[in-house]
Amino acid sequence: MIKVEQLSKSFGPLEVLNGITTDIDKGQVVAIIGPSGCGKSTFLRCLNLLERPTKGKIYLDEVDLTDSRTDIRKARQNIGMVFQHFNLFPNMTVMENVIYAPIKVKDMTKGNAQELGYSLLSRVGLEEKADIYPSRLSGGQKQRVAIARSLAMQPQVMLFDEPTSALDPEMVKEVLDVIQSLSETGITMAIVTHEMGFAREVADRIIFLDSGRIAEDAPPDIFFSTPKSERACQFLEKVL
Amino acid sequence: MDVLFSLFSSLPLAQLELDFTIISADIPYIVSGVLTNLAFTLVSALFGFIWGTVLAIFKISAIKPLQWFADFYTSIFRGTPLILQITIIYFATPQLLNYPIPSFLAGVIAFSLNSAAYSSETIRGGIMGVDKGQREAAQTLGVKYMPMMMDIVLPQAFKNILPALVNESIALLKDSALVSVIGVEELMRRGQIVAQREFIYFEPLLVVGVVFYLMVIGFTWFARRFEKRMRFSD
Ligand SMILES: Nc1ncnc2c1ncn2[C@@H]1O[C@H](COP(=O)(O)OP(=O)(O)O)[C@@H](O)[C@H]1O
Ligand SMILES: [Mg+2]
Repeated sequence: MIKVEQLSKSFGPLEVLNGITTDIDKGQVVAIIGPSGCGKSTFLRCLNLLERPTKGKIYLDEVDLTDSRTDIRKARQNIGMVFQHFNLFPNMTVMENVIYAPIKVKDMTKGNAQELGYSLLSRVGLEEKADIYPSRLSGGQKQRVAIARSLAMQPQVMLFDEPTSALDPEMVKEVLDVIQSLSETGITMAIVTHEMGFAREVADRIIFLDSGRIAEDAPPDIFFSTPKSERACQFLEKVL
Repeated sequence: MDVLFSLFSSLPLAQLELDFTIISADIPYIVSGVLTNLAFTLVSALFGFIWGTVLAIFKISAIKPLQWFADFYTSIFRGTPLILQITIIYFATPQLLNYPIPSFLAGVIAFSLNSAAYSSETIRGGIMGVDKGQREAAQTLGVKYMPMMMDIVLPQAFKNILPALVNESIALLKDSALVSVIGVEELMRRGQIVAQREFIYFEPLLVVGVVFYLMVIGFTWFARRFEKRMRFSD
């Protein structure tokens, strides 16, 4: 599904990613973990070209995203992204947030989009909030709307960048529950998270990043019980 | 009031004897000139805003020539006196285009072009002030540049800079007195016409001043209230 070859990214002199090579299969749920500043967000943002890789290639279903001839806007429609700070459009209602892209980008009729919107909002448990503005939602509700908004484009891949890090503790679970239920639908997901329990439960695979490299790539039970690298041991000691 | 009055009359040079009776018949004529200023300000602010938005988008675009053009344009209109821009447009247009431009039109064009230069900076700031996550969210959804700007970025930018834009329009209202130099019969010009006919200067110009002052204070007051409302609705 996604194939990453020798991906490097620098910001000026700062080398953030250092030759990352990996594959993510269709339907796989990958949790990306690692210490703060190790390049997790940058890696995720390279996958949908929010950051331009300095070197290396990224393929989505054989399409080379780093090729300048590729229509990135088209490709992005297949890659949903959920941000740490939700990034809902404050000037639109919840429903408008969800149906905006299907209408503008996919030329869906308003009626069809609204039908889709209601089904997605009810999937995240917020259909009764359809007509209010995001400013009146709690953090957990905002993030659930953001997930519904992403899903409205019916992407093949979903990227989550610390979806619960900006939330009050009591709201973390409602968002994780939604993500977990998504993982059971067979959609391909890459999730940057600090929620180790969640990663262990939901992910098929853990990628541990350290200083812009993949230091470890293993199924969760193996990663959490017998980490190979010293950095991963240190990291787990701190967070568990 | 009494204190003020005695202060004035005690000044040795100022023999302040205001007499409005001579111009009393002309006061409605002078005061109604403000309608011209208002129409003028409204039209210029509107065109200035639209053209200013286009310039702001040029300024933040990745296309260098558009940036250069917008920056150069702004520097010209901010770097020369407005009164010069007005007179050049009024007198040069007939000479260059062989079109006897009506003074009102010349004034509106000069003011719109000038106000666009100033508001483009404000609008650019407003656009930059919109959280970058908003664009990223739109890009991630595959939204094109234009709809992203029109539906997501600009509405938020305008909301944030509305007070500044209103202040600029109020300044424009005051500056509209400048078109008197090309003969537009607005408030200021009407005051001068009456003054020259009756050979008294202070009274008609005082009327002009009071009307401007009341308009500006009135609009400012409305703007403040409106702003508070907007805050409240956040
Ligand atoms: N746009 C940017 N410009 C410059 N430096 C950046 C930029 N984005 C991230 N960085 C730097 O890259 C490093 C990795 O950042 P990031 O990918 O956000 O880490 P993580 O998500 O793992 O905490 C950090 O040192 C950060 O300061
Ligand atoms: Mg991060």
